[in-house]
Amino acid sequence: MHRWRRLGAWCGGLAAALVVACLASVAYGAVDLSPVVVAKAALNAVAVPAGLSLAVSSVGVPALGQVPWLAPDVQYVHPFAFAVPQSAQTIVVQLRAPRVALAAVVGFALASAGTVMQGFFRNPLADPSIIGVSTGAAVGAVSAIVFPGVVAALPLLGLVPFVGSLQVFAFVSALATAFLVYLVATDGGRTPVATLLLAGVAVQALLGAVVSYLLIQAGESVDQALYWLMGHLSNASWNDVVVTLPLALVGFLVLAAYARDLNVLLMGEEDAHALGIEVERTKRVLLAVSTLVTAAAVSVAGVIGFVGLIVPHVMRLLVGPDHRNLLPTSALAGSVFLVATDAVARSGPTELPVGIVTAALGAPFFLYLLWSQEVRAL
Amino acid sequence: MIHGQDVTLSLGGARILDDVSFGIESGTFTAVCGPNGAGKTTLLRTVNGALSPDAGRVVVDGEDVATLSAKAIARRVATVPQDTSVAFDFPVRDVVAMGRTAHRGRFERATADDRDAVDRALERAQVTELADRPVGTVSGGERQRVMLARALAQETPALVLDEPTASLDVNHQIRTLSLVRSLVEEGKTALAAIHDLDLAARFCDELLVVADGRVLAAGPPTDVLTEDVVERAFGTRVAVRTNPVTGTPTVTTLGSGTHTQDLTERSVAPSAHRPDGGHEE
Repeated sequence: MHRWRRLGAWCGGLAAALVVACLASVAYGAVDLSPVVVAKAALNAVAVPAGLSLAVSSVGVPALGQVPWLAPDVQYVHPFAFAVPQSAQTIVVQLRAPRVALAAVVGFALASAGTVMQGFFRNPLADPSIIGVSTGAAVGAVSAIVFPGVVAALPLLGLVPFVGSLQVFAFVSALATAFLVYLVATDGGRTPVATLLLAGVAVQALLGAVVSYLLIQAGESVDQALYWLMGHLSNASWNDVVVTLPLALVGFLVLAAYARDLNVLLMGEEDAHALGIEVERTKRVLLAVSTLVTAAAVSVAGVIGFVGLIVPHVMRLLVGPDHRNLLPTSALAGSVFLVATDAVARSGPTELPVGIVTAALGAPFFLYLLWSQEVRAL
Repeated sequence: MIHGQDVTLSLGGARILDDVSFGIESGTFTAVCGPNGAGKTTLLRTVNGALSPDAGRVVVDGEDVATLSAKAIARRVATVPQDTSVAFDFPVRDVVAMGRTAHRGRFERATADDRDAVDRALERAQVTELADRPVGTVSGGERQRVMLARALAQETPALVLDEPTASLDVNHQIRTLSLVRSLVEEGKTALAAIHDLDLAARFCDELLVVADGRVLAAGPPTDVLTEDVVERAFGTRVAVRTNPVTGTPTVTTLGSGTHTQDLTERSVAPSAHRPDGGHEE
């Protein structure tokens, strides 16, 4: 069908652009590598699970002592073995690739959530953090930076493997903030979007004050806190990617399953109900999933603005308002955009937080669109 | 087909519908008439499930609307909204295809049935030639028919129209109502809020006159449109005559002010139309 061919062409093109952007970004750095070496090193790192065996092992359980259980043991096969200098292999796989991969995942997540929020609020100014997710994450992260002792003492953090306590703290406080905003705006099972928007603005203002206060109290850690707030991808690790990627992908798939409902919601809530959409339930799903996706991105990368605002607008100009096309293309374009801006961010003599670059590139472009009347409504 | 039983409903503390009962037979075209703020739109919104009554119930096709899912309602009642503006520029065909929402599962692709229903609806509402145009670029009258096509794509037995003629010129008013009339001839049941009493009398089988949240009169136009009923509903003096062209009742508003005598004289002049259109908006 026509729509599928067109969507396939767009997604194919954007995926190709993403691969090129990733290779170029990984190749670029203090030690310049050729894209061919990068591609070889990346392929060398590809591991295909080839077999699964179960080994009897035992695990210590309080009160029961050692309990035997079957530990899965996965065998991997590395299908590629190109000749690449060991130093280049390390630079690519250990140093640069995690950062570029995280940029791709975060851009994907923010652009997906931004697309859904703009449709959900029928408001061109909506972005992923409209209901306070980012500000909530900021409170959590800055608290963790300013009061490391308090955070370390919380038992909650040991439960989550892989990621640091800062990320967990940011994630939990992002979700808590969004949930608070939702509760404030919900009355009798209905959540009017206008109320949600206003509650989001009010809570963001309040938490903004909290963040400012924390910064005053920060003392020596103020630099670290400010750096987090500006949005950053340095120090990215494969663990960040491993935790964020599944949330972003699963969230995206759920949102994509609701793309048609989102189209109908654009007709207005009463119309949507008359057409057969369970409006409040659909809104809850969309809100919860975009919040989760945004929180996952923000808690590993800080507040990176403009990706979730501008990418959906640009893609809407290119592919139209139908969310079945807009959501996947925006998500991919968000990846490409953040990978590219992150490459720019670390190209100067001093590395900039990527949030500065997305805003510095994104805002003028957005102004240009406004000036050329391309963005009138959604 | 559609029955309201002692429907009472308050919005924001104000009682909008007060113990309203009505019955709409299958295959008829019923107009809800009454002054602004009488509760016409609210009554329609209880029929399509947008609002649930505080007391009483609305039964469509034997089922209490309050107990039905949005999907189940959307398979019984299709709604043509009053405000037909669409914020996003979807092509007309996509807007009409949204009428199929209640017939498709979340993971189902459009079937041949869906596409046929959309094509038929476009054809029936006379908007086939607009199918590929962005809906924002079509005129108000055309957009009204697009929304009618969307409702037809729902393939429901009942059709609810909120002020289908309110923002249309005379030509499009007649065109829209004739279309609804012919749909009713083909078996649909239509319920519409209509401001213009003459148009309601001309096109509808039944009138339901509401005022102040209550049903003042119900029945065929010739029985209901009496000077007494209209004067009580609208709080103004009127003259009801038979329109020599259509043979249906025509209402002339005389007003209630000091110029009444004046207006009465003018209203009997042969060329006179409604002097002030007072009962519209």
